[in-house]
Amino acid sequence: MTLRDIIPIILIVALLAFLPVFVTANTVLNFLVFTLIIALTAQGWNILAGFGGQFSFGHAAFFGTGAYAAALLQVRLGINPWVAFVIGAAAGALVGWVIGYLSFRSGLRGSYFALVTLAFAEVLRILANAATFTGGAAGVLIKLDVRPENFQFESRAAFFWIALALVGAVLVLTRWIERSRFGAQLVAVRENEAAAKALGVDTLRVKLGAITLSGAVTAAAGCLYAQYFLYVDANIAYGTWISVEAILAPIVGGIGTVFGPLVGAVALHGLGEITKLAAGSIPGIDLMVFGSLLVVAVAFAPDGILGLLRRFRRPAQPTGASRHA
Amino acid sequence: MLEVQNATKRFGGLIAVNQASLKAAAGSITGLIGPNGAGKTTLFTLISGFERPTEGRVLFEGQDISRDEPHIRAQRGIARTFQIVQPFAGLSVVENIAVGAHLRHARRSDAMARAQEVGRRVGLGPELDKSASSLTVAGRKRLELARALATEPKLLLLDEVLAGLNPSEIRDIIPVIRAIRDEGVTILMIEHVMQAVMNLCEQVYVLAQGKIIAEGPPAEVCDDPTVIEAYLGAGAAERLKREKVHA
Repeated sequence: MTLRDIIPIILIVALLAFLPVFVTANTVLNFLVFTLIIALTAQGWNILAGFGGQFSFGHAAFFGTGAYAAALLQVRLGINPWVAFVIGAAAGALVGWVIGYLSFRSGLRGSYFALVTLAFAEVLRILANAATFTGGAAGVLIKLDVRPENFQFESRAAFFWIALALVGAVLVLTRWIERSRFGAQLVAVRENEAAAKALGVDTLRVKLGAITLSGAVTAAAGCLYAQYFLYVDANIAYGTWISVEAILAPIVGGIGTVFGPLVGAVALHGLGEITKLAAGSIPGIDLMVFGSLLVVAVAFAPDGILGLLRRFRRPAQPTGASRHA
Repeated sequence: MLEVQNATKRFGGLIAVNQASLKAAAGSITGLIGPNGAGKTTLFTLISGFERPTEGRVLFEGQDISRDEPHIRAQRGIARTFQIVQPFAGLSVVENIAVGAHLRHARRSDAMARAQEVGRRVGLGPELDKSASSLTVAGRKRLELARALATEPKLLLLDEVLAGLNPSEIRDIIPVIRAIRDEGVTILMIEHVMQAVMNLCEQVYVLAQGKIIAEGPPAEVCDDPTVIEAYLGAGAAERLKREKVHA
């Protein structure tokens, strides 16, 4: 990876960093932070599914683990929230490794892998909903105590910058994957596992690496969510909604690309907000927009928004080679 | 270099490979021929590690590798091509080859440089930046060869790299294979194209119904009555001999 590879990332992150200077309305900042959290969740999914071809339907397992770890460590054990954040991400990595080890070692792939991840997420949701340590169905409230050393801030802009920094860091991480041996091997596994093996790729190790990274990134998004909303319950943390969000953003933005998840999250939630504003108080109207956008993306832009842009720029390119941003 | 000792592979009640033994000497080109369904590809999967032998051993450079995973064998220096080509369809040709090159080159730039070099050598130079899925059959066969070669193997297992090619394409690729051998890579090849086998191989093994029924230099093996019967059915050798006398 050279400096040239990350210049676009630096530019875009720098540009976004100025947003809170222009918009100060809390509702808009709320929307921006939430969108960034979704983007981060989706970035985690994109590492495993976009680059590795292992389609998880249960990224809630990582998101929830991060969210609960962040909340419980500080509420129950009195650990500093910043430390809890790091442990939360590590816990996500661990859960990723365990799920990966169990399913990849037994050779699960495709829809079987998707089902197993979904099952893990559901089991965790039910457990979190029942156990007393997690607060059961009542969930966990993090005490409001606005101090920077407490990972709580007076202004929402501070949170926006932290979320943006994390998204930026994962953009760089993803770019590194794209340019590294690990990434080449991961993509080889996605394209053809048998051929990858024959070329000396330790497919189990590569897939485990991907799901561990993926788990850590998505768990970091969960930690951020808990820290921002100061409340977690089983249906938020381990709910299917977040698994779906994690999948939708990259598909709409551009699966297996560096910027896909961010572009997708902004497009989906941006459009959702706009329709909510335009259509007034029709409940679920933003979900209808999500659905239509997904249909349109799958039908007309299988490589997502980024793929579409690339096609307009170079119309004669074969679709196969367009996986690289 | 490579030695297979009494390898047997059973799939349930079916014996695909039965007590097969063969040797490939360092620096040689060894052929493996036999009628369809004889178990040639299965024997290859035992050598490359995609299947494990039910009985028997596979030795590589004197070490027993029968239980090693495919990627470990690749690291040791065994590379294979697939009879049914397996390109990374979403990647460009050079990226395909680079996956192989990454086995010995950690840095992306080194692997890409090596991939271009290997690609040009097997005649894929003009196609390097095209998508692998846009290649013709001949191109895909070359890509299989290039990817395997990019792992810098000591032993190259070629599973019908000439099948599906027209005579002029075969003429083009035979010197490439010979050049690979001349650089010190041992080659074991499954091949139906007898022109190539006669041309390239020093030693040939014939597999029929899972058993090695003949071995020796190609010209000798082709005259072996048991081999003729394995291909053409019982009594065929006798009939051929009679026809030859009459003619």
